[in-house]
Amino acid sequence: MLKFLARRLLLAVLVLLTVLTISFALTRLSGDVAVSMAGAQATQEDVETIRKAYGLDRPLTIQFVSWVAGIASGDLGRSYLYHAPVSELIKGRLPVTLTLGATGLVIALCLALPLGIIAAMNEGRIWDRGIMMVAVVGQAMPGFWLGLVLVIWLGVKWQLLPISGVETWTGYVLPGFVLAFSAVPALMRLTRGGMVDALASDYVRTARAKGLTRMSVVMKHALRNAAMPVVAVAAVQLGFMLGGSIVIESVFALNGVGYLAWESIAKNDFPVVQAVVLFLATIYIALTLIADLFNAVLDPRLRIG
Amino acid sequence: MRFDVRRVAFGLGVVIVVCIALVALLAPWITPQDPFVQNLEARMIPPIWMDGGVAGHWLGSDQLGRDYLSRLIYGARISMLIGTLVVICSGAIGITLGVIGGFFGGRVDAVVMFIITCRLSIPLILVALTVVSFVGSSLAVVVFTLGLLLWERFAVVARTTTMQVRTLDYISAAWAAGCSLPHILVREVLPNIVHHLIVVATLEMALAILLEAALSFLGLGVPPPLPSWGLMIAEAKDYMYFSPWVILVPGVALFVLVLGINLLGDGLRDRLGAARDA
Amino acid sequence: MHDAPALLDVEGLRVRFNPKIEAIRGVSLRVERGQTHCVVGESGCGKSVSALAVMGLLARGAKRHAAHMRFDGQDILGLSERDLQKLRGDRMAMIFQEPMTSLNPAYTVGSQMAEVLVRHRRVSKQQGLDRAAELLAKVGITAPGMRLAQYPHQLSGGLRQRVMIAMALMCDPELLIADEPTTALDVTVQAQILRLLRDLQQELGLAILLITHDLGVVARIAHKVSVMYAGEVVESASATDLFANPRHPYTRGLLACVPVPGTIKRGEPLGSIPGTVPRIADGFVGCGFRDRCVHAMPACAISVPSRDDGAGHRYLCHLQ
Repeated sequence: MLKFLARRLLLAVLVLLTVLTISFALTRLSGDVAVSMAGAQATQEDVETIRKAYGLDRPLTIQFVSWVAGIASGDLGRSYLYHAPVSELIKGRLPVTLTLGATGLVIALCLALPLGIIAAMNEGRIWDRGIMMVAVVGQAMPGFWLGLVLVIWLGVKWQLLPISGVETWTGYVLPGFVLAFSAVPALMRLTRGGMVDALASDYVRTARAKGLTRMSVVMKHALRNAAMPVVAVAAVQLGFMLGGSIVIESVFALNGVGYLAWESIAKNDFPVVQAVVLFLATIYIALTLIADLFNAVLDPRLRIG
Repeated sequence: MRFDVRRVAFGLGVVIVVCIALVALLAPWITPQDPFVQNLEARMIPPIWMDGGVAGHWLGSDQLGRDYLSRLIYGARISMLIGTLVVICSGAIGITLGVIGGFFGGRVDAVVMFIITCRLSIPLILVALTVVSFVGSSLAVVVFTLGLLLWERFAVVARTTTMQVRTLDYISAAWAAGCSLPHILVREVLPNIVHHLIVVATLEMALAILLEAALSFLGLGVPPPLPSWGLMIAEAKDYMYFSPWVILVPGVALFVLVLGINLLGDGLRDRLGAARDA
Repeated sequence: MHDAPALLDVEGLRVRFNPKIEAIRGVSLRVERGQTHCVVGESGCGKSVSALAVMGLLARGAKRHAAHMRFDGQDILGLSERDLQKLRGDRMAMIFQEPMTSLNPAYTVGSQMAEVLVRHRRVSKQQGLDRAAELLAKVGITAPGMRLAQYPHQLSGGLRQRVMIAMALMCDPELLIADEPTTALDVTVQAQILRLLRDLQQELGLAILLITHDLGVVARIAHKVSVMYAGEVVESASATDLFANPRHPYTRGLLACVPVPGTIKRGEPLGSIPGTVPRIADGFVGCGFRDRCVHAMPACAISVPSRDDGAGHRYLCHLQ
């Protein structure tokens, strides 16, 4: 178990270092960052000022090292647009994005688990086919478009839910649902597959031979074993959702990390862009790590073996 | 014979994809009007079946008076083009990595797995947006960016299937017959995993089309005045409360195309006996 | 001898999985209280399916019919799933061939065992665990307290089968159905498990319906034997009678395959039955064994008589 933990941690650190390099390299793709930051109307002098102020006149390797050193001491750099530390910008916007992601995940699981279980219990029958068709249809739905359509009908025409802003919790319902929508098909297929295998297993037959109720056989004996891969994928999906929040936040005008990223990309605020890329990647890496550990806890074979 | 939902779904997928592909190919000959010509006097005309519809504009016109149907047809070109090119690009990267990792195993495989893990850690849309924004938006940049980002499923599937194929007898027989390594990889391994990869290709094509639309929607994909469906939705956003059809038309087109590709992929998976989890 | 009602009385059981093929074609079984009834036959002959049909554990899509199926005089054929659940694990229990996969990997031995008593006797978890420890000791597991807290993957195959047996005994069932309980185990462990089953039966007065393909097992444990072939019981008799006086050519063939020390001369070939169990589609008439039978005659393709010697020895064959 300790060895597994150590290997897993080492891998996470290596991946993080690679992502660090990639996020740095990304923002240098435009060639001269100072020129694009200064904008079209800038004079040669403005550009030089910016170059100096952001240390862009130094060699790339020095820039990289000082950026990494800054991150190590908790300094993610300063936003060129907001004239504020990037870490504070992210911290300020994080609650919105995290709430959105959590809402999305909860909605996704509340839809995917029951549907997947029902499909598995009716394998090959009309319910199963119907649910799987819904999954295929859902997968084809562009999230941002679904968001707009829901805004028009639920928000404006029928005025059921707020269409933007998060003054109350209801503001998270529509964006959370749209975000969940992208994750439901994958989670549902996985739940169904796991449940089909589990329901056909010898231990489920034993559970039935013991005279347990159908509820207990399905929910206790089958689901527990089918849930393990779902946990791992749910973590991955949450990572994707946080990444996808950039689109949803712009549709629903939510002032979260995604919106910050989009704004910074559009305005060439490179310190923010590289920090957000790194930040989201770190969350993803942490989530997969947690999922692996969680699985180890759920599966006694991994825990003790 | 029993009515089989899956057969119907597959047929529907084939019909959708073939139709949209034909429309995209024949665009210059079948569009009623030039999709780029603006006519400020004929702006926001609703589709023909709604009040105020005009015979010349079957699906109405947009905020600049351009014919919506013509733009939709040219938009099919962009979606199909992006889908196809991205799949070729990402397929080449992913399959190469996956086959190498799966065939050689050991350290080589560990490196391949590491690259895949790194790719998965990178926030997809964010990085794509950054690249397009910093390099400059054009069709080629979008294709290239998505191609460089969407290969991981190819790699994962190629890797696992190669591992399964590697140990089979005909590979040993090929070694024994003195075949070269490239020969074995291309002539013996690849043909035996290709049916799994075709299924992945359909999934990736659908994903690429959706992502292009999302990027264009955010204003950092295909540049205007090209009629990308995502861009059409973005441009129509300001008018959607008064004329919902302006976002419904391109959105439904996008949905139908992606649905068609997914149905095709699912059907192929059933027929080719590819892995369920591909 | 048919006056006292048998514990399990199945008459004319039929099971079909798909519309074309009937897997079980009219099986009748009587299991008396406190006796071991062995069902023996080649793999694919339908013996496991018969057992699952009795328990109501057939896979979805399988259809079962029977003239009657009674447990302790009570009809269990028309029982609702809910009432059948109350019977299963309580008055009739079952153990399976694969001890490696038959226990749930996610739960401890103790919780899986206690669950049975909690379900059927409405006792507390702790009472369930106490009973589990008691039974683990009874099936010969040392340090039962420690085993209760362990997960199935920490136990060997033999131990797991003992756990399965103990779990089946949680509610003191009257009938234990054992589906090839020793097949997946090492030979030495097989003998221990078999001895355990026999001892338990004598001690608890348990009726056992034991499914096996191994005549060695039958010889050691059975009171009654039913020989199954291609979805039918082709011969049934008391164990002593069957071994001494096999009537059906298939039974004779099976017995010829078993080397018995002293009766077989060195160098003499062991018997074997050529061919395999046929798939029997609807509309099949006559004897299912005729293609493999050395005594086959034209009449075998037309009908097959059911014969009874009057002392409970029954078989399906034209031969007298």
